[in-house]
Amino acid sequence: MAIFVNENTKVLVQGMTGSEGTKHTARMIKSGTKIVGGVTPGKGGQSVEIEGVTLPVFNNVTEAVAATGANASVVFVPPKFAKAAVIDAIDAKLPLVVVITEGIPVHDSAAFYAYAVAKGTTRLIGPNCPGLISPGKSNLGIIPADITGPGRIGLVSKSGTLTYQMMYELRDFGISTAVGIGGDPIIGTTHIDCLRAFQDDPDTDAIVMIGEIGGDAEERAAAFIAEYVTKPVVGYVAGFTAPEGKTMGHAGAIVSGSSGTAAAKQSALEAVGVSVGKTPSEAAQLMRTILNNKKG
Amino acid sequence: MDLFEYQARDLFESHGVPVLGGAVAYTPEEAEAAAESMGGRVVVKAQVKVGGRGKAGGVKLAESASDAKEKATAILGMDIKGHIVNKVMIAQAAPIEAEYYLAILLDRANRNFLVMASVAGGMEIEEVAHKTPEKLARIGIDPNIGISKEKAREIVLAGQFPADVVDQVVDVLLKLWAAFVAEDATLMEINPLVKTSDGKVVALDGKVTLDDSADFRHLDHEALIDHASANPLEAAAKAKNLNYVKLDGQVGIIGNGAGLVMSTLDVVAYAGEKFNVKPANFLDIGGGASAQVMADGLGIILGDPDVRSVFVNVFGGITACDAVANGIVQALEMLGDKATKPIVVRLDGNNVLEGRRILNEAAHPLIQQVDTMDGAAARAAELAAK
Repeated sequence: MAIFVNENTKVLVQGMTGSEGTKHTARMIKSGTKIVGGVTPGKGGQSVEIEGVTLPVFNNVTEAVAATGANASVVFVPPKFAKAAVIDAIDAKLPLVVVITEGIPVHDSAAFYAYAVAKGTTRLIGPNCPGLISPGKSNLGIIPADITGPGRIGLVSKSGTLTYQMMYELRDFGISTAVGIGGDPIIGTTHIDCLRAFQDDPDTDAIVMIGEIGGDAEERAAAFIAEYVTKPVVGYVAGFTAPEGKTMGHAGAIVSGSSGTAAAKQSALEAVGVSVGKTPSEAAQLMRTILNNKKG
Repeated sequence: MDLFEYQARDLFESHGVPVLGGAVAYTPEEAEAAAESMGGRVVVKAQVKVGGRGKAGGVKLAESASDAKEKATAILGMDIKGHIVNKVMIAQAAPIEAEYYLAILLDRANRNFLVMASVAGGMEIEEVAHKTPEKLARIGIDPNIGISKEKAREIVLAGQFPADVVDQVVDVLLKLWAAFVAEDATLMEINPLVKTSDGKVVALDGKVTLDDSADFRHLDHEALIDHASANPLEAAAKAKNLNYVKLDGQVGIIGNGAGLVMSTLDVVAYAGEKFNVKPANFLDIGGGASAQVMADGLGIILGDPDVRSVFVNVFGGITACDAVANGIVQALEMLGDKATKPIVVRLDGNNVLEGRRILNEAAHPLIQQVDTMDGAAARAAELAAK
């Protein structure tokens, strides 16, 4: 078990014929993901060979699902065309759509998120995210597959490289699923969605939650932990030194006035019993201690 | 991108949102001429992207064109919370009967848009929300449905606007929504929206934030960028497509990935407490990290006179550490004599051993390798203290 994906997830790559799409399709195949085809409007009927696998290309997701039985897609489509691609996937009722693309206008994300909610059949992850991985089972996105193997820690993070860093720090324990939910102001899957799924996942024993400045998702996650999560949670928040009013790389990472600060997020998490590390290494050490105590 | 008030005013006007006459002036003479053309009696308003300018003396009523010149002379060059005033807006003065509030914004928590409307305006909306919450309507908007005339009326009535202005405020809201969508805004706030003595509803002051990610479909937004007050290092970084924010410390930071770089700043700040040094900047070189990008990044950071040491913190995910190591070595060759400060490098992840070997072999006198993020931060902080 893992959350959102497993070894039977059949994956389409939207934008597979572009350079990023091709590169990461190869990486996903190498890490054991069942890629069943690609979607590029106007290139339907072609096929491409990637990593020795011949993959059909379709004009739209509905056709692709009919032909392949796909139940998830990964979107590498450039920002200009991303909204149409995601709407296409939602119309095809794909249960899981992972949007890797960075730089999608927030009006477009707001529109496709609302569309997904109204249709009620698609979970969106991202945009502007590295995707998710259940080591050895499935890897949807751009997370390097060789950082760590399977284990019993669930990891959720807004940031890609911090996800990698934390997987690396905890490589002696391994990961059940790591989900990079993305750093945009509007994202389809939140910390709370992942916390709920990890709590319900019998193969996850403990959870690492990585947050960063901007918005109040971490504060709301803290409230959710208090009411729902009984598994141990370790937290880390990035951006204590970020100045007010400056966007720190991620479109959503901005302290506005007194809201969205790292300090507020840390204290909200600590107030509900989450141990928060000052650095990624310290957070990993806190998790290590919890798991070793459990073993002992 | 946040706009200046005069830019917001012009944008509102171009979308039919009612505004009063207004013009930007960079000199007292321009202020005088603008006031003259508006009939003499005007308000001279400092144009800075920070709140509280009224209290700081940055907004003055002028009775005549010559008075406007005098007021502009006083306001131009003022320092308002660290923002130097280099332009003023000359705004037509009008007798005001009532002040209201109207705004549309991105609502991150609910993942849609939010309209806030209130009959109580002119003060900070947080104050209205605190003191008279019953007078503040907060209504979510589905981006795929938008605001119909009926919805707009429902919002305006919920905001308790008096009957004699309801129709006008509904009209303003519909136009503001059209502008919000057309311009890819994440905030359009009118505060105050006023009723003048002749019963007209107009936007007196506005705040607008535009979504930079949508710039590809708004080529005209480039003209709104404030090059004059941009930090020169930030401007130079932007010209090279680098994601850089200048801070006020001594340890230059380069990393890959926004989250990791934010985290690096924090770790350096903790390590720096002992040495009384802080991070000098945020710089995310992203996934690629080619030699050219590394050279550009190092070039910007070494051009910052405050920087005394540099910390390059890379976790090789998709990018392999050997490519990053080669990038650093080549970047230092490109920079030659311009590279003068010690550089602490921490590499981890994809192909790390090869990356470390390349740096060891290069044996560049400026480069020191430390294998952990916390250890490298401490080393960089220590070097900056010297």
